[in-house]
Amino acid sequence: MALLEVDDVVVQFGGVTAVDHASFAVEPGRITGLIGPNGAGKTTCFNVITGLQKPTRGHVRFADKDITSLSVHRRSRRGMARTFQRLEAFGSLTVRENVKVALDIHRGLKGLVQRSATDIDALLERVGVAAYADERADAIPTGAARLLELARCLAGDPQLLLLDEPSSGLDESETDAFGELLQELTREGRAILMVEHDMDLVMGVCDEIHVLDFGKVIASGRPAEIRTNPAVQKAYLGYSDDDAGAEAPAEQTRTDLAPVGAGGYADPYDEGATTVIPAVGGPGDQETR
Amino acid sequence: MSSLLSFTILGVFSGAAYAIAASGLVLTYTTTRVFNIAHGAFGMLLSFVFWDFSQRQGMPVWLSLFLVLFVVAPLFGFVVQRVMTRGLGEAPVSVSLVVTVGLFVGLIGLAQQIWPPDARTLPFFLPDSGMQIGEVYVTAHQMITIALSVVVAAGLYLLLNRTRIGTAMRASVDNPDLLKLYGGKPSQVAALSWAIGSSLAALAGILLTPVIGLDYYELTLLVISAYAAAMLGRLKSLPLTFVGAMGLGLLQSYAVAYLPSEGAFAGVRAVVPALFLFAVVIVMPQAQLRIGQVKGLVSAPVPSLQRSVGWGVGLVVAMAVVTLALSDSNLLLAGTAATYAMVMLSLVLLTGYGGHVSLAQFTFAGVGALAYAKLDSPNLLGLFVAAAIAALVGALVALPVLRLTGLYLALSTLAFGVLMDKLVFQASFAFGFNGSLPAEPMSVLGIAITEPRVYVLLMVMFFAAMAVALLALRRGRLGRVLIAMRDSPAACGTLGLDMRWFRVALFGMSAGMAGLAGALFAGLRGTIAATDFQLLSSLPLLLLAVVCGVTSATGAAFGGVFLMLLPVLQSNHPELAGLAFAVIGFGAVALGRDPNGLANLGFKLGRTLGVRFGPQVRGFLPALPGGGARREAGSMAEPTTPERTPYDDLAGPRSGDQQEEVAVGGTARG
Repeated sequence: MALLEVDDVVVQFGGVTAVDHASFAVEPGRITGLIGPNGAGKTTCFNVITGLQKPTRGHVRFADKDITSLSVHRRSRRGMARTFQRLEAFGSLTVRENVKVALDIHRGLKGLVQRSATDIDALLERVGVAAYADERADAIPTGAARLLELARCLAGDPQLLLLDEPSSGLDESETDAFGELLQELTREGRAILMVEHDMDLVMGVCDEIHVLDFGKVIASGRPAEIRTNPAVQKAYLGYSDDDAGAEAPAEQTRTDLAPVGAGGYADPYDEGATTVIPAVGGPGDQETR
Repeated sequence: MSSLLSFTILGVFSGAAYAIAASGLVLTYTTTRVFNIAHGAFGMLLSFVFWDFSQRQGMPVWLSLFLVLFVVAPLFGFVVQRVMTRGLGEAPVSVSLVVTVGLFVGLIGLAQQIWPPDARTLPFFLPDSGMQIGEVYVTAHQMITIALSVVVAAGLYLLLNRTRIGTAMRASVDNPDLLKLYGGKPSQVAALSWAIGSSLAALAGILLTPVIGLDYYELTLLVISAYAAAMLGRLKSLPLTFVGAMGLGLLQSYAVAYLPSEGAFAGVRAVVPALFLFAVVIVMPQAQLRIGQVKGLVSAPVPSLQRSVGWGVGLVVAMAVVTLALSDSNLLLAGTAATYAMVMLSLVLLTGYGGHVSLAQFTFAGVGALAYAKLDSPNLLGLFVAAAIAALVGALVALPVLRLTGLYLALSTLAFGVLMDKLVFQASFAFGFNGSLPAEPMSVLGIAITEPRVYVLLMVMFFAAMAVALLALRRGRLGRVLIAMRDSPAACGTLGLDMRWFRVALFGMSAGMAGLAGALFAGLRGTIAATDFQLLSSLPLLLLAVVCGVTSATGAAFGGVFLMLLPVLQSNHPELAGLAFAVIGFGAVALGRDPNGLANLGFKLGRTLGVRFGPQVRGFLPALPGGGARREAGSMAEPTTPERTPYDDLAGPRSGDQQEEVAVGGTARG
């Protein structure tokens, strides 16, 4: 039984259709990836799910209830939490205080009378930002701030985690540790929906992947299926193995795939051409990994 | 029938003038994201310039008009944008509002200084011409105004839709950074829109002056009508703004015609724009939480409980000594300063911690004072009841704006202030028209405090207690949540916080604090009047609070003293009255970007001196057991907050690149 269902959602900004009849589901205990080229509507989907954006049409169901018309905070109280592509850490507060606030909000009035059992320092340790506990959140590295947002979410013990490009700003070993953390979280029964540009991570940890392009879900399936899906290759590369059958001109693929998201992701000339492209299904997959 | 027609024409005339003013407001707001609350003040100042040219210097009307509309006004708007409001669009609403309120107050001061109060009139255009339509005579001035509003509408339409710069203007509404990438110049667009906005404010002011008089305040408050009209178009749509302006003009005119001129409805005419505004705000749809506006602010350090109690006790003791030397009239001034300081504390909560702005904080103080004055033999309980009533009123003001965000809340306090000033405070159950109310001194534990010195000390104690409580709140759960809401509403929402009721509670609490101050003030003075709590005094209050430091209790204390000194200065040197306002106004324009204000500079200086000279000073003192002095010096050396200016990233939203720089720095340091 799906925990979250996005059902035929359409979002229009003026004449632009950002999300176009998108439907997909997220299962508990699994990591679901939401990928697609820049501007495909991934973050807009997150906004629709969390209530920051009203869909033009369509429904969102969470734990068998239609939550399409619920306000942002009510949805959160039902057990979902998200991180942001553009950081939304509380910059004036320290890292520890950030998590404390989340805990306070989660516990509401109950927190006034009874101490929380949640160990904030253990949580910071688990996520990997304990070293920054007493620093202001606007003074720590981007990667750490993203992890902090995750810690903040976990303070509310959500069933569903929505992570928007969580690994950008992390180095390779940090990303590996992060992938393990995600799998651990799903073993606790949580569902994770993740927008991510790091294809190694996506292909490595996701149980299922949905691919968005121009607001449409063009493919859904397990990583291995997505990798070889011609429609996905076409969306990312502008051609697929089927109609080209040859190496892509290097210059073109680089620009097509360079993630220009606000998260300040890796330099495309550094890694993009060698790891990211093949990860989507290019022929060089095995060698580069 | 003919009266209906003539009032309709009158309504269309005012509507046309409002439309001209409102379209200027919308233009500047949409292109630069800075709501120019001084828009009416622009019109006021430039109407005075027009009067100066055409009446005092005797230039021909057409030449004066040309000079004002096409030379002085655009230049003025251009300079203001370049020098004062540039980059404010990215700042928190509380900052951009404070800077434009600074302009508002500063321009009134400037006008008073250049053109001291005097009877001045501006004749209608072509006063002897007009046209008979049926039984109604339409003056040439009215026809010109209506025609000009059509010209302005058509001109703006052509500018925005048919010219290159107009396209750039529309693009800059959506994304100034992107516009820059495509070779547009957002700074040029911003300056141009402020130049045009300033001209339109001038035109509206000049057209309305013959009707409402060349008055510093009436013309300045034109901004409320313009804003009310613009709200119908959600500060975006020019056509709807025109509709709103016409509707407002007609409503106002019919209110004059058909509401009884005596009794409860007498004051309604003056508050039609404010009522219209509330009505529009209530039907506005829910504002969506915006992402990507986060700013961590560096605030003044928050002292520990022991420290704040220590300072509080110190203040009370010091005042106990100082008040011994004060005459009765000076005691009254000291009590007034304490009142103002308490009202400023309410702004520390609302603005300093919460990031919201109230433009009518004195009005809430007035509500508290009014409630107090109605009490028989008031005691502490009565005092708190008065504060609770003010808190309730504050919550009621925030309620209609529940679903909206910062700017709208602030502007509805402005409308609320007008409503109270002109309708409620003047009513017979309140102070009465130009009247006053007696208030008894308070009794504590059955003993009436009639001795002024004791009363003043009681007020100082209240200030200290409020400050200590406020700082305790800031350190606790509630304070953390407040800061979190200010930093990122979107994150708070997605973490499950219902911010709407939190905001109402915050507003109510702040109004309650102001109400408490007002009630104490009533007991101090013995007689209070509506003029003690005028809307327009709330603006210098806000400005001084920010300049002195709206993030600390120390700032509030200093702000209270300065605000008390203002009228003293004015009565001693009436010729400088305008200048004082101008200094405060433009001072706020200059310093308003740092809400930590002078108080925080003082704290920093204290820390620096402590680090630099602390050890030497302690060297002369007898050594303390356990090396306490050294440890203290060490703790002082560690800044509690990183030394950054609060709006380091004012220049633009956080981009990935800037983040990376931070990241590198952070890693290197770690």
